[in-house]
Amino acid sequence: MTKGTLSRRGLLKAGAVTGAGLALPTIFTSPAAAFTNEPTGDSVTLGFNVPQSGPYADEGADQLRALELVAEHLNGGGDGGMMQTFSSQTLEGNGIMGKRVEFVTGDTATNTDRARASARSMIEKDGAVMITGGSSSGPAVAVQALCQDAGVIFMAGLTHANDTTGKDRRANGFRHFFNSYMSGAALAPILADQYGTDRKAYYLTADYNWGYTTEQAVQEATESKGWETVEKVLTPVGAGDFSSYITPVLQSGADTLVLVHYGGDMVNSLTNAVQFGLREAQANGRDFQIVVPLYSELMARGAGPNIKGIIGSQNWDWKLENQLGAKYTGTNAFVRSFGEKYGFPPSQAAHTVYCQVMLYADAVNRAGSFNPCAVVEALEGFEFDGLGNGPTLYRADDHQCFKDVVVVRGKENPENEFDLVEIIEVTPVEQVTYPHDHPQFAGGELGACNAGA
Amino acid sequence: MDAIILQILNGLDKGSAYALIALGLTLIFGTLGVVNFAHGALFMLGSFCAVTLNRILNLSHEVAVPGETDFLGNPLMREVPYVYEWFGEATGAAIIDWSVPLAILLAIPVMGFIGLAMERGLIKHFYKRPHADQILVTFGLAIVLQEIIKYFYGANPIPTPAPEAFRGSFDFGLLLGFDANTILYPYWRLVYFGFTVFIVAAVFAFLQFTTFGMVVRAGMADRETVGILGINIDRRFTIVFAIAAIVAGLAGVMYTPIISPNYNMGMNFLVLSFVVVVVGGMGSLPGAVLAGFVLGILESFASMPQVLDLLPGLNQIVIYLVAIIILLTRPRGLMGRKGVMEE
Amino acid sequence: MLGLTRKDFQLLLIVIGLTMFAPFLLNPFPETSALAQFNAGYPDLLQRFVIFSIFAIGFNILFGLTGYLSFGHAAFIGIGSYAGVWMMKLLTMNIIPAILVSILVAALVSLIIGYVSLRRSGIYFSILTLAFAQMCYALAYSVLTPITGGETGLQLRLNDPRILGESVTEAGNIPVPHLFGLETRDSLELALGNWVFTFNAGYYIAAVAMILAFYLAIRLFRSPFGIMLRAVKSNQQRMSYTGLNPKPYTLAAFVISGMYAGLAGGLMVAMDPLAGAERMLWTASGEVVLMTILGGAGTLIGPVLGAGVIKYFESIFSTINRTVLEGWFAFLPDGLENVVISMIYPFVGKGWHLTLGIMFMLVVIFLPGGLVEGGQRLGRLFRRRGKRDAAEGDPVKPAE
Repeated sequence: MTKGTLSRRGLLKAGAVTGAGLALPTIFTSPAAAFTNEPTGDSVTLGFNVPQSGPYADEGADQLRALELVAEHLNGGGDGGMMQTFSSQTLEGNGIMGKRVEFVTGDTATNTDRARASARSMIEKDGAVMITGGSSSGPAVAVQALCQDAGVIFMAGLTHANDTTGKDRRANGFRHFFNSYMSGAALAPILADQYGTDRKAYYLTADYNWGYTTEQAVQEATESKGWETVEKVLTPVGAGDFSSYITPVLQSGADTLVLVHYGGDMVNSLTNAVQFGLREAQANGRDFQIVVPLYSELMARGAGPNIKGIIGSQNWDWKLENQLGAKYTGTNAFVRSFGEKYGFPPSQAAHTVYCQVMLYADAVNRAGSFNPCAVVEALEGFEFDGLGNGPTLYRADDHQCFKDVVVVRGKENPENEFDLVEIIEVTPVEQVTYPHDHPQFAGGELGACNAGA
Repeated sequence: MDAIILQILNGLDKGSAYALIALGLTLIFGTLGVVNFAHGALFMLGSFCAVTLNRILNLSHEVAVPGETDFLGNPLMREVPYVYEWFGEATGAAIIDWSVPLAILLAIPVMGFIGLAMERGLIKHFYKRPHADQILVTFGLAIVLQEIIKYFYGANPIPTPAPEAFRGSFDFGLLLGFDANTILYPYWRLVYFGFTVFIVAAVFAFLQFTTFGMVVRAGMADRETVGILGINIDRRFTIVFAIAAIVAGLAGVMYTPIISPNYNMGMNFLVLSFVVVVVGGMGSLPGAVLAGFVLGILESFASMPQVLDLLPGLNQIVIYLVAIIILLTRPRGLMGRKGVMEE
Repeated sequence: MLGLTRKDFQLLLIVIGLTMFAPFLLNPFPETSALAQFNAGYPDLLQRFVIFSIFAIGFNILFGLTGYLSFGHAAFIGIGSYAGVWMMKLLTMNIIPAILVSILVAALVSLIIGYVSLRRSGIYFSILTLAFAQMCYALAYSVLTPITGGETGLQLRLNDPRILGESVTEAGNIPVPHLFGLETRDSLELALGNWVFTFNAGYYIAAVAMILAFYLAIRLFRSPFGIMLRAVKSNQQRMSYTGLNPKPYTLAAFVISGMYAGLAGGLMVAMDPLAGAERMLWTASGEVVLMTILGGAGTLIGPVLGAGVIKYFESIFSTINRTVLEGWFAFLPDGLENVVISMIYPFVGKGWHLTLGIMFMLVVIFLPGGLVEGGQRLGRLFRRRGKRDAAEGDPVKPAE
């Protein structure tokens, strides 16, 4: 009895069983593969598991664009994008370890069950050795656990909750995107600088895991700068009209509203807050302010003019290299190849999955094997540069990337629909680094890497 | 006290959307006996009438800006809407600014036509079919409508603001003898509430005071007898369906400045509006409107911090909890009639 | 045989045959061909087919027989899953306790919800069940996060106690669900020419459960109890006049269908040990309604067909992307290729919902009795040609 599954396509392409249509049945036994879905042919299959339906479908579509682009670059197509700027130079445009990169796609529908079913189909049916993509933490954590069990690598997409590399961290899972803690740590000094150190904050928080960790992170970080927390209210996801949560804010004595919402909820809550005049309001003798800890380009587009002047944090922005110089090299190379192919600049969701695939490909090349345990070893403690975020470390203790965090503000006079935010400052990596056993990340264990089979 | 008044206002506003959708839904239930799972999609289509009009008015051609470049180094192109050229920049900007109210003019014929086409092309074949079949076919239709919108407009919410004149808030505090700036309420939300009252009144008046309405009400009570009397009830029911579609569509148009529309918004409202209709009582138009406002107000109260400190998570379930309590204490909802959809 | 009429026994045999040979039947295309995309014979989807079949068969016992349309049945699958995962966290990775507890907990919860909801009938009943299920979902997603895992789902951990098993395997990983040592994700692969067939242990465990569930459903449909349930549907008043109280019968049907859902939930975590709150969302409750109506409500085999079709669309059509299409139509001249692809593309990949919606409409418009009616029509067509074919199912009118 074999354990796990083998890559059927790989097997067949290797010519292990060809022709002989009615030959005696051959039953494969475990020695056939050293690990799950070992690619034995001349190509390797990666699984791109992104939301294609549901609220984050547009973000998923942007990720898919970047993923198609990175596959093209790895196979030697296009201008190579960030492959030239990447500090590790093992990639030569001949695929990964000489094997052509093929990919399969699936729909996570921002639903843990659908995301896992889709990932399992990639692993069992298509023989994927690595799964990437996704636009929220629920599916990311769920798929990460699945990949751990199945013995493949999971390169997380856009997932911001601390849990992904905190209490739900797994040895086979890696996250390039930043997290709640980093948002809090990056925003706090800039908020204190811009709005003062004696603000009274009111939190409206999405009532699920990501909301909890982000609220905690921002609260702890801003309180250390002297802010006070007046009230924290949990709002149901998809509440639609947030008016009944907004109206109590002005009467609470708070002078700052922190909207811990993402996606459609953030668009609606911010729109409602602006409608109710919070942007023009005065409280405690000062201008009332709104903060959105996690920004995204698509959300900014959805919120339209309401986003003007609102501060938030991002993992990356396409203007980074132009505005802050060569430290963020790679940004322009990526923006150029993405823009030339699709006609508009990429989002941070697109950027993070592009980097993840490139990092995976490089790790395989350096390890000289697709074996997940070898890849884990190659990625752990890996320091790199040239992928648009400046010098970055993949920490071995929790498989989280550490890099600078971009603090942005909604632009007053955007030139077009892709230029909605301006970079205020970049918080250096030292300020957002935390010990791997920080209380906000407690309770998790990486466990041992699993190679399946 | 001012907090409570504000929450009542919020509730009336939330309730307005529920009431308008439920009104059309119960009209279709009551007269045609059809469970219309595509009603949320009609609401969503109404919103996209506003989005579409906004897009049409913003149709532009590109003019190169001398001396500037875009992110790829090509000459920067600036978009100039055609409306600016036809009506001059000031009038053009004003027309674009007023695109949401203007969309009402677009939505009435469009939604009316969609309603007619839906009833004639699809729904009328399902009058005699079991409710389960009606659910399946209308749900299928809702998915198709949603996906078509997603194909053309994407999944991201699309901001569609109210006219400049309606930004800002009305100070109820001064009116009611409180301090200034304690009870501020945005103009557009007041407009939305007023609009709802107007539509509800118009529908009731129409059914109450016209011969047409009389026949429809008679048909609601006893369809067969009305048919035997030689009145062509089918044609009237088509028009009722179109009216319900228009009401849902207009609710959607006016709602766009409150919530940026996306393709999925109809589904979110669908379940709630069914709950509203049933809590109001099957076959009762006043019941649907009343239930809409009651649930809207209770939902608003449940989201106050003081309430949530006491009962965390109440805001997640309040509508369903209230629905269960009402349905268990009043067998046919608030104002339901005996024997409608009870078997 | 087995207490079944000849026709029912034939039906049972057909179902046994189909499930046992599914890994063959659903993998008709050679791996190397472009059509391999349409193969459905991989463990995850096979498991889903039988698990959702169980769910739909159970739902049909309530809806098909009594006509009570529950719009909250997903709650029981979700609660069953949570109970199952908790068993695996606390007790052992053996799936037997997990499944048994799933069924028991689902039975208990469905007894409570059913007792309250069945005080009303018609659409009032539907909305009551919907309201209970939505409350379960909303609470599980938010305030009950410590018990349910919330958004990220309830997962196994390395530090779970698992008092009858091991917390951590020797290799340092979380142990895998198993049936007395037989791991549910163990697979046997058979390569025949260009075909590879996967026989997955978990699938066969679930398939046996499904066959048992199906057999029970046949017995129930044919029993005096089943006739009572039909009486509830056709005329409750007449039933009351004869001095029979319909409520205990309906409640029993509700609890039985809740237990079926619990079994499905337990099997889901036995195959894939994670329980997410989305399993209880109203769309999931709606899905089982759609499966049942699509296949043919009130028929025995209908729900199974409906479940299969919906899961197939969800899993296969959503994975067809532009690259795949380009592969298929590469033989066409460039211009034509682009035209063909741009015509098909909106219906697959991210547009798979569109195809599903169109299919719902077509089936309900042209086949009022669901897919079973399609089968019957085909059968009649064959018979007219002088061929006698076993007609499937039971021509009970769909419920109202």
